[in-house]
Amino acid sequence: MKRSILSVAKVIRSKNSGPYELTLDIIFKDRKGYDLFRRSNAVTKATIARLYRCRPADVLKIVYFEPAKALKVTLKRPIPSGHPGETDIYGAQQHAPLLSLMF
Amino acid sequence: MTSREKEFRVLSATAILGYGFPEKSFRAGLARKPHLIGADAGSTDPGPYYLGAGKAFTNRSGVKRDLRFMLREGVRRGIPVVIGTAGGSGARPHVDWCEAIIREIAREEKLAFTLGIIYADIPKERVRKHLRKGEIVPLAYVPPLTEKMLDDSLHIVAQMGVEPIQEALRRGCQVVLAGRCYDPAVFAALPVMRGFDEGLALHMGKILECAAIAATPGSGADCALGVLRGDSFILETLNPARTFTPESTAAHTLYEKTDPYHLPGPGGELDLTACTFTALPGGRVEVRGSRHVPTPEYYVKLEGVRRTGFRTISVAGTRDPIMIKEIDAILEAVTGQVRDILKAEKIDGRIQFHVYGKDGVMGPLEPETKIRSHELGIVIEAVGSTPEAADSLCSITRSTLLHYGYPGRISTAGNLAFPFSPSDVRMGETFEFSVYHLMPLTGRTPFPVKVVTI
Repeated sequence: MKRSILSVAKVIRSKNSGPYELTLDIIFKDRKGYDLFRRSNAVTKATIARLYRCRPADVLKIVYFEPAKALKVTLKRPIPSGHPGETDIYGAQQHAPLLSLMF
Repeated sequence: MTSREKEFRVLSATAILGYGFPEKSFRAGLARKPHLIGADAGSTDPGPYYLGAGKAFTNRSGVKRDLRFMLREGVRRGIPVVIGTAGGSGARPHVDWCEAIIREIAREEKLAFTLGIIYADIPKERVRKHLRKGEIVPLAYVPPLTEKMLDDSLHIVAQMGVEPIQEALRRGCQVVLAGRCYDPAVFAALPVMRGFDEGLALHMGKILECAAIAATPGSGADCALGVLRGDSFILETLNPARTFTPESTAAHTLYEKTDPYHLPGPGGELDLTACTFTALPGGRVEVRGSRHVPTPEYYVKLEGVRRTGFRTISVAGTRDPIMIKEIDAILEAVTGQVRDILKAEKIDGRIQFHVYGKDGVMGPLEPETKIRSHELGIVIEAVGSTPEAADSLCSITRSTLLHYGYPGRISTAGNLAFPFSPSDVRMGETFEFSVYHLMPLTGRTPFPVKVVTI
């Protein structure tokens, strides 16, 4: 049976990484959850592309960062920060699609 | 001197100059006899406006309050004070703004010192020379720079590394006020000059530039202390309510970064692949293994913006379930009507509806298609080529939407609830990022140091 990301994550957030990129962090509660999630391979460029309605090529990096027991995903911002059509200058409220992740 | 026998203590006052800090924390930091007091004052995060308009995104009295503590205590004790990315964006008007505050404080507190001012503005001709040689490199997802974009840009700045700050310190400056600056350089310049490892110094600076944000509970409005040693650095909080943990410190390395293992900066990259974070008693963390790897060529990051027009907005709401159900079709029809009026009246501009309760936050990324709210917030955004054009555009759009007779309408007195009179408000100029590229640093330094006696 699949589990919700919320059962293993303690932080799920989004933020600009410069004006042209959006970066998503998932920080896990403990080592066990981090390992379980990482092994499940639930986050791929295809998953992110589906959740964020972008092309897999627009997902720049998926990095597991051991010291923080965290997963970081960086993708192209739909538009650069502050350009016409902007809804979230800091990119700090673009994390919600991640909350539905199952693994 | 060998750095291995010594330690270098850095007091970071606050995450952004003007965000504030408890006096008690600052005093606890002073009691640790720091070799340097620093604060980063900038970010591109608040968007392109502030660089374009030459305005600070922080409050003047907040900045003055923070600076007063730092200058008074730093100057009296002979501890160097370094401020990076003055005024938030670090262009000439931002540096001038911060210099005026420093002079005001010096007068009021009767302080005398040597001030080093470093500008970070890059003349367009310098960029053009590199552009024509094909040496301007766009960062990820940034379009290649064109001469047209360069001509349109205002206030092009480059992020300086440690070198210009070191020059100011070498010339005996007690206080250094830098324009656009790589955030960690504020904290790393002096210890690197004294022989400490650049990788450790920059990584410590990377954490200290956010002050106590990397602690737990984190705060951008509290001080933090970094202790640099021969082969490690230690982070300490200055407030008993907070601790640094290996987790909080490592997690901070993720913040606002693309890849936590590789952090590019002026002239090199911070490589954290071999980094370890160890808990020490007293809520401290020791970090080892951070390496600075110089790049074959020294690149600096350029930032520039161009003006795109003027904005006027109107804030409103609707509580009508029939209207809410039809909102997409209604806004599309209103946009069409407004477009026709604009064409007839020869007004140039664009409008956008920010619909809160639907997709106001995520826009096209919003996965939720169903509206569940009983009311919607609507912000009408109008951008025109002049303030008057933006006003006209906003006014036409507002009145058209207010009285639009959509199918099935039974509330015929008006479609919108306005919380304010006047309903429309001018937001000033609008800008876009136009330059976000790397430029090789060759020849004369573009970061001149001016030394003045205060």
